[in-house]
Amino acid sequence: MSALIEVRDLAVTFGSRQSQVQAVQNVSFDVQQGESFGLVGESGSGKSTVLRAICGLAPTSAGTIKIDGKLLASPRDPAFYAQVQMVFQDPYGSIHPRHTIDRVLSEPLAIHGFKNAEDRIEKALNDVGLGGGFRFRFPHQLSGGQRQRVAIARALILEPQILLLDEPTSALDASIQAEVLNLLDALRIEKGLTYLLVSHDLAVVAHMCERLLVMQHGTRVEELTRTALQGRDATQKYTQQLLVASEGFKAP
Amino acid sequence: MTNMLQVEGLNVSFPSRDGPVRVVRDVTFTLGRERLGIVGESGSGKSQTGRAILGLTPASATVTADKLSFDGIDLRHASAKTWRSLRGPRMSMIMQDPKYSLNPVMTVGRQIVEAYRRRGDATRTDARNRAVAMLEAVQIRDPERVFEAYPHELSGGMGQRAMIAMMLIAEPDLLIADEVTSALDVTVQLDVLRILDGLVRDRGMGLIFISHDLRLVSSFCDRVLVMYAGRVVEEIAARDLHSAQHPYTQGLLNCLPQIDGDSGPLQTLTRDPAWLA
Repeated sequence: MSALIEVRDLAVTFGSRQSQVQAVQNVSFDVQQGESFGLVGESGSGKSTVLRAICGLAPTSAGTIKIDGKLLASPRDPAFYAQVQMVFQDPYGSIHPRHTIDRVLSEPLAIHGFKNAEDRIEKALNDVGLGGGFRFRFPHQLSGGQRQRVAIARALILEPQILLLDEPTSALDASIQAEVLNLLDALRIEKGLTYLLVSHDLAVVAHMCERLLVMQHGTRVEELTRTALQGRDATQKYTQQLLVASEGFKAP
Repeated sequence: MTNMLQVEGLNVSFPSRDGPVRVVRDVTFTLGRERLGIVGESGSGKSQTGRAILGLTPASATVTADKLSFDGIDLRHASAKTWRSLRGPRMSMIMQDPKYSLNPVMTVGRQIVEAYRRRGDATRTDARNRAVAMLEAVQIRDPERVFEAYPHELSGGMGQRAMIAMMLIAEPDLLIADEVTSALDVTVQLDVLRILDGLVRDRGMGLIFISHDLRLVSSFCDRVLVMYAGRVVEEIAARDLHSAQHPYTQGLLNCLPQIDGDSGPLQTLTRDPAWLA
């Protein structure tokens, strides 16, 4: 079986000739249908840029990205966005503050010409556990966790196959994080989704993903399976450092 | 152990259309030369507790306390002059967000030098050298460049570290660290904690470490206060945190994903209205 997402030697360069920043260099990975794949690294490691490059939000300067074996058109066509949707990190910044939830959810439907908007909005809200009562509220009337649920509903409403999740819970409290992670897990099983999840938290990735790629300074460090991570079976020094750091503070 | 800070029955409330909202309710604790952690979710009143101790509560709010004293000085009726002599050299606070807490029109270096020179009669060169050394101590790779930089030229993590350098250079007796490490990467986080740890050990500083990260607090602090809806629901030695009694503390601990955990659903927190009583 060929991979659903296939990224080969991806490079992303920002800036003009005088001051170039190589945000991502030579990153390759495959994600199978139905799998959940994690990208881990510190800030500035290029993990979010990889997601943005897949989405067409960051320029690719080299390498190829294939979905379902097909090279992506640039700019991305509507069919791509019907298949791949993204959930952003900050639920406070990614939803229009002056649009009701209803309007936030109808926009993708209108763009893609779906007819049964009414039913789909109801269903999307139910899927993320919010219910119809939230439909005509504004984002400021929702808590952070509820807003992130709206962001997930907006991504799911087009019934995509792939969700790109960029730090979906890092802006949330631990108790709310657990709810959102459970929701994402349940939705994946129910709808057979494929996830590409970016996080700086090894524990979150270990919980959510079967395989993960560790990144540093825009390059790949190593690819691990969940079992290898749990067995502390990292071959690279950087991954071992991350594992130690995730255990908390130890007095010298 | 002498108690540097004594807080008894601290209340903070903000006015609202539906009457006052009590964000801190009857908080009582003492602090010696140790590391005290305050944990809770957002909105539990932990930051407001820290701000009230430093007299930084917004003017619209009402602060009352049965006792609020630092090193024998009653802070409830402290004059502006007393506050000036305390804030900075004796007690200080590292704020959560460097974007809003650093002066945007002053270079980082000037701000650090200013903080250092306020506590004594250091010469300009002296202060500069100290400031650069301090920036180096918080693991900034290129301290000379950061010294000359304006806050908007730094990333969030760098700005956070610059602010930590600024608060530590005055070597206060009491430091309130409000979510200082949340914006930092895990490896840098540990570097910053090591610096704070050194100050507590070597200089006998008192540290109040406010955080939502239970795992970090339990590994770093000596004692932990758990706050919920403005109240301290549990006070416990950090090493006993895993045997916490209060269902809220247990709930917070159990909802964290673990590297070694299975991939089954995480436990979620069920809030009991009785916790508010």
